Amino acid sequence: MTKIKSLADLKKIRDEVQSKIKLRENSDHPEQTVQIKVGMATCGIASGAKETMNYFVEELEQQAIDAVVTQTGCMGYCYAEPTVEITLPGKGPVVFGYVNKSKAEEIIEVYIKRGKLVDGIIPVNFKTIDE
Amino acid sequence: MKTISEHILDIVQNSVRAKATLIEIIVDEDKKNDIYTLIIRDNGCGMDEQTLQQATEPFFTSRNTRKVGMGLALLKQNAEQCGGKLELKSKEGMGTEIKAVFQLSNIDRPPLGDVWNSYYLTLLSYKKVELKYTHKTTKSIFEISSDDIIKMLDGMPLNNKEIKNGIIELIKNNLTDIKATL
Repeated sequence: MTKIKSLADLKKIRDEVQSKIKLRENSDHPEQTVQIKVGMATCGIASGAKETMNYFVEELEQQAIDAVVTQTGCMGYCYAEPTVEITLPGKGPVVFGYVNKSKAEEIIEVYIKRGKLVDGIIPVNFKTIDE
Repeated sequence: MKTISEHILDIVQNSVRAKATLIEIIVDEDKKNDIYTLIIRDNGCGMDEQTLQQATEPFFTSRNTRKVGMGLALLKQNAEQCGGKLELKSKEGMGTEIKAVFQLSNIDRPPLGDVWNSYYLTLLSYKKVELKYTHKTTKSIFEISSDDIIKMLDGMPLNNKEIKNGIIELIKNNLTDIKATL
């Protein structure tokens, strides 16, 4: 395959992808989507949140799980970084601490796919990480 | 922070919180003068004089969820350890510019790191912000704008594996081409 060097090269890939997949209508069913927020403030980044977020993006896409992965700020649990907030459709947000790759894998398999809680939840009576 | 790209990932979020719609990231390798510069410029809400004075203090933050704010302080420390400095310019309602200067050849200067991942993950999280990345070397210059990428993708999902890899490859290949110090 030729090296991708320009937007034109990237467009070729885009067109190939488009012909291969049927567009999933994420935006039409936001209530079906799993929301994942990775704590990516200074503390999170220093603890390797970049790898964690990368893993979630790749793995969920691979397994065709409808999910939106975004970064968010810090909520004061710096000791437990990387932290990840997961909101399953119709459920309240749950925050997990010390989420490295293997923890992320466990979370996807057990919590996201089967709805069972796993160890490592930070128990707080908060609403969401934002602000 | 171990790499420049981690600082970028970190500092850019200040701009996002400042409600910027345009964030420019510029890395300039000036071999002739032995200077390595990182500039992050935004059109966000800016800071008043007093906030600007305190911004690089490790225990200053505009948040109320916690009492520390290390981002700029760490970047300042890193720059100063490498014979450089951190300059902050800001105007309320206009935006902020952060300029970190390092001595290029300094043994302690952090490597660039996987700036392509920083760029991609930021893009994925803040699709509505225009994110520009410019990398200058003595040989040439590479520029990329998220607006161009989003327009070109025309509704195709950013998190698609091939598209993700495509964007990352594009940045990597171009940086290699202009002989960027990675």
